[in-house]
Amino acid sequence: MATLKELAAKEERFVGGHTSCAGCGYPNIFRLTLAAIKEPVAVVGATGCCEVNTSIFPYTSWKVPFLHNAFENSAATCSGVEAAYQSLVKSGKIKDESFRFIAFGGDGGTYDIGLQSLSGAMERGHDMLYICYDNGAYMNTGIQRSGATPRYANTTTAPVGKVNPGKRQKKKDLAKIMVGHNVPYVAQTIAGNWKDLTNKIEKAMSIRGPKFIVVLATCPLGWVTKTQDTVKLTQMAVDSCFWPLYEVENGKYKLNYDPKDKKIPVADWLKLQGRFKHLFKTGNETLLAEIQSEVDQDWESLKALCDFHSKQGVV
Amino acid sequence: MSFDPQKYTGALTVGELPEGGIWTEPGSSLMRKTGDWKTLKPVWDKNKCISCLTCWAYCPDSCIKIEKALNEKTGKEDVKNAGIDLEHCKGCGICAAVCPPKVAAITMEKAR
Repeated sequence: MATLKELAAKEERFVGGHTSCAGCGYPNIFRLTLAAIKEPVAVVGATGCCEVNTSIFPYTSWKVPFLHNAFENSAATCSGVEAAYQSLVKSGKIKDESFRFIAFGGDGGTYDIGLQSLSGAMERGHDMLYICYDNGAYMNTGIQRSGATPRYANTTTAPVGKVNPGKRQKKKDLAKIMVGHNVPYVAQTIAGNWKDLTNKIEKAMSIRGPKFIVVLATCPLGWVTKTQDTVKLTQMAVDSCFWPLYEVENGKYKLNYDPKDKKIPVADWLKLQGRFKHLFKTGNETLLAEIQSEVDQDWESLKALCDFHSKQGVV
Repeated sequence: MSFDPQKYTGALTVGELPEGGIWTEPGSSLMRKTGDWKTLKPVWDKNKCISCLTCWAYCPDSCIKIEKALNEKTGKEDVKNAGIDLEHCKGCGICAAVCPPKVAAITMEKAR
């Protein structure tokens, strides 16, 4: 597993000058991803903050082949690129440089709009990695709710008011949906833990076949947070067990980090975010307790699953 | 057809655009100087810095400069922090926030 010095020694394949907001959470995911991969890479992007910010004509932040098609089909496009590459190599028309294929999408382009094309690409077994950077709403178009928005978050299409306490529905568990596709590697990580992120990218690159990684990224605009807290916030999401770090290799769950006695109440994490401001008004204590019990329940069931598989491994 | 992003003024006709709407220069976004967005600027203290590169890992705008130098003690090539690219830094303050508290080599100051 590479150290930071080894990663930094390489030439950057994702450069600055893109138009993401100050303190944006996603760019370092792609910087670290491309730094962690040794092979040549081709990237396909779904519409979203990342695609819009990094590829405004005539400028591009990518130093690797980059292709954008539409909101819903980055996985389908990437699988086509991969199939074409394999076919050209097989027929001897191009040299095999062991190119790696990465498709990415935000949570809107993955949890909602691109889910069917992602599902298809994973099921067909293309040799590609799909990275979803999850910032919990359609931030690019003005903070509309998505399938990834956590319960009771304030968004422009599920606003907080006298009747509604924000988004009423629970966040989808995308990693588990992908586990259901029986792909060789699924992982959940955060943008604020370079070691965990690059380890998972390296591991994914060592596996042939469809891979999926979902990464939690802060959005200072949509989460209404301070720009300098970007890294801290994703780390707190892990410590509160809202977003556990785990990976699933061939159907076997493995927990990568257990906060144990360092576990913090989820309210500590919510308090720093303006989108949950209303939960701390008097009369809303039950909503806060509901979120906490939901997080605890999910954490316990994940831990039980990981324990079960780790014991199986020993026997 | 060759196309120079530097000469782009935002008023090109269809015939002047590169075929297929492709980008012709990798990494050309560096021509866009996003450094003028900032209200706070990071100030880096070379003497305090231990080159742990945590700031490099988390800078969203790739603004932590890296230099390769020979380490006199080990005789190996070492990777070191070489300051901050203020031309593209948006002044978010992540570098100062992730700098280990005992080191505190980066502080935020008013940009103007």
